[in-house]
Amino acid sequence: MWNSFRTDTEGGIVAGVSMMTGGSGNPIHTYIARPDGAGPYPGVVMTHHAPGWDEFYREFARRFAEHGFIAIVPNLYEQFGQGTPDDVAAAARGAGGVSDASVIADAEAALNLVKAHPTSSGKVGVIGTCSGGRHALLVASKVPGFNAVADLWGANVVVPPERLTPQQPQAVIDMTPDLNVPLIGLFGNDDMNPGPDQVNQHEQALIDSGKTYVFYRYDGAGHGFFYYHMPSYRQQAAMDGFNKVEDFFNQNLA
Amino acid sequence: MCTMIAMRTPVTGGGKGASGWFPVTQVNVGYDHTSYLLQEHALLLDFVNPGLNPGARVAVELDLASGKALVAQLQAAIQAAEESGL
Repeated sequence: MWNSFRTDTEGGIVAGVSMMTGGSGNPIHTYIARPDGAGPYPGVVMTHHAPGWDEFYREFARRFAEHGFIAIVPNLYEQFGQGTPDDVAAAARGAGGVSDASVIADAEAALNLVKAHPTSSGKVGVIGTCSGGRHALLVASKVPGFNAVADLWGANVVVPPERLTPQQPQAVIDMTPDLNVPLIGLFGNDDMNPGPDQVNQHEQALIDSGKTYVFYRYDGAGHGFFYYHMPSYRQQAAMDGFNKVEDFFNQNLA
Repeated sequence: MCTMIAMRTPVTGGGKGASGWFPVTQVNVGYDHTSYLLQEHALLLDFVNPGLNPGARVAVELDLASGKALVAQLQAAIQAAEESGL
């Protein structure tokens, strides 16, 4: 719960950029924020959104660290070069986007890195927003070892065959039978991608496969309602949504 | 990519970016989340050189009406140039 710490609590967080071995075996930058304590702490792998490995995700990671998680954000766009987040994101866009195979490999490497940390509890979730929400679902479906997944308005989870690409060869909704960890989903009812019909379709697939999930739908919110740097920000939905995600992770990563 | 709307074309040209002029070899056209324009999606025009670095980029974000107006004026200018014989 945000803003519920005791005022006599000591300690803080440790946060910064380091290098890790990515899924391809090459070094990639990663942002790690963790509580400055002995642990054990659950972990959260964060799959960043289409605007890139950006400042929002660093701040997002620090929020999770403040709330008792080891948060790790691998730079999924490392292969597209270095520069400002928007320049690198543009390079990724110009190349047709990052491949699902690359995301899966980098996220698995991040999972292993978190689990190996001396303060890790061994329980790890994965979370992403926008295209990162889709990536979080993708990773949770394809990589064994996660314990929970949070999809925040993941776009293109439901996608017709004609819109599949070499980088994204399979619709994530079709991976639902492979999803074997609890899922929380946050969605804005004014969002067009995913629209309410797509969210309903996704939910039906989860029901049909007997999966454990909880979806929250917010009226008056569209796409990206956590993004306080954008006009899409919706204060009530964002604060309630973060608390719901934190509760979900606390429950499933205990 | 969030919308999966992204196209590109090779070009011959030059652009002035944050570090000065550079040869532009590719234009990427997308419709996706903005970095500057205060709307959820926009046409994203990136005049780039993938052989350099991600900073070799002239970026423009336009709403759809502006994009259509730009296309019309580009076509008009191209037609006028070709008809001029210059």
